[in-house]
Amino acid sequence: MSFFSFGQSAEIDIVLKDAETRKKVEHKTEDGKKDKYFLLYDGETVSGNVNVTLKNPGKRLEHQGIKMEFIGQIELYYDRGNHHEFVSLVKDLARPGELTQSQTFDFEFTHVEKPYESYTGQNVKLRYFLRATVSRRLNDISKEMDIVVHTLSTYPELNSSIKMEVGIEDCLHIEFEYNKSKYHLKDVIVGKIYFLLVRLKIRHMEIDIIKRETTGTGPNVYHENDTIAKYEIMDGAPVRGESIPIRLFLAGYEMTPTMRDINKKYSVRYYLNLVLIDEEERRYFKQQEITLWRKGDIVKKSMSHQAAIASQRFEGSSSAEKALAQAQAKEQEQ
Amino acid sequence: MADTIADTRRLFSKPQNLNDAYGPPSNFLEIDVSNPETVGVGRTRFTTYEIRLKTNLPIFKLKESRVRRRYSDFQWLRGELERDSKVVVPPLPGKALSRQLPFRGDDGIFDDSFIEERRAGLEQFLNKILSSSSNSLPPASDVTWGLYEFKDRVAGHPLAQNERCLHMFLQDESVDKTYTPSKIRQA
Repeated sequence: MSFFSFGQSAEIDIVLKDAETRKKVEHKTEDGKKDKYFLLYDGETVSGNVNVTLKNPGKRLEHQGIKMEFIGQIELYYDRGNHHEFVSLVKDLARPGELTQSQTFDFEFTHVEKPYESYTGQNVKLRYFLRATVSRRLNDISKEMDIVVHTLSTYPELNSSIKMEVGIEDCLHIEFEYNKSKYHLKDVIVGKIYFLLVRLKIRHMEIDIIKRETTGTGPNVYHENDTIAKYEIMDGAPVRGESIPIRLFLAGYEMTPTMRDINKKYSVRYYLNLVLIDEEERRYFKQQEITLWRKGDIVKKSMSHQAAIASQRFEGSSSAEKALAQAQAKEQEQ
Repeated sequence: MADTIADTRRLFSKPQNLNDAYGPPSNFLEIDVSNPETVGVGRTRFTTYEIRLKTNLPIFKLKESRVRRRYSDFQWLRGELERDSKVVVPPLPGKALSRQLPFRGDDGIFDDSFIEERRAGLEQFLNKILSSSSNSLPPASDVTWGLYEFKDRVAGHPLAQNERCLHMFLQDESVDKTYTPSKIRQA
């Protein structure tokens, strides 16, 4: 925004290639609102054009250069001044000069690495955005456009169940079992709680999903726990030999994939907390970490999306480019 | 949209055996105060009550016990528990001092209806102590216990009832007031 009434100003508008057909997803903003953003994946080329529209037609716009940046950064809320950029790409669109009329510039960042998933948390935010800047002597004109990145995984090769006998000696012995240790975001937790010994008067049992966001390092580590779900699985007093089934559908809850030590700045982990409550309100709990991962929308018979990208990185051939475009199109059909 | 449908069938569990389902619970405990008997003559008379305990809790040495105690024994027990445990100990039925004054129309503290009232109060007292399931934890809505994999002996066990004075009161032949207060450890 220019506060100088003399001279010229401009409006910048960034348009992604294939914007009409490209998929948009909802993503929480810092103040809790939800907005829709274009969805991109790791390795995808980011291209489109920038429209620079002169505010006063007929007047010239002098500038020190026009550029486009693609940035991926981590912002810790307690340390706002320092943005940690882990991806930073620049393309010059115009050398210093002047614009006599509104103009459109094309840009392309090929096969951009987007190693982490976009995340807006309680104490940290990771975001990707395009920023177009018209540099000027006194004040730049710039425009940012946020995009959202999802990291996809495929079915883990090893996915053992979790089974353990826990308790308090001579008081309460239970065996709990969850069918997997790694669940995708639309998966179902199937499990059971088997009572081996019950001397307490149990009134109620529930399973909670807890999200723990960890920021900071060393002595300044901070954990933010958030109970995402509380799901009652038993009401009443069990006796020895009883088995209580668990069936918890994850699609109903807002969760992200497990994120471990992202750029050495933060982690987001998920835990199942089994809680038993007795007649005197005492609580007994067993916490167990689970790994959450994001599945691609369609199970493809041909090359997977990720495989297409991987081959493209190595080969850079036009056939791989076609396969990638095909895989992308299929994904966005969903 | 060829998404595979998740398998949500129940995990396999052993069927419960009938004895577990319908048998006595693992925390069975019954306590009765009954059969009041007044012994002695004249000024040295006093009333004893039979305390019968039936349980399958491992912390009790005897699964069935029968002892006789008098009111002052109950007072002693209450004093010991109040001092040593962190729970709020329930009240005893009254001392009835007025009944011990002379020139009453009735039998004073040996009056049948009074003894019955006292018996009921003593039974209530013991039930409250034992049903609160623990004599070494405060009444707790904020006590949280972690469930651990290895069977560790946990201090302040929720089913503790491990005050030596209580066990002596309920199951020993007689109450030795010169005992050393302690906690019973399970074998």
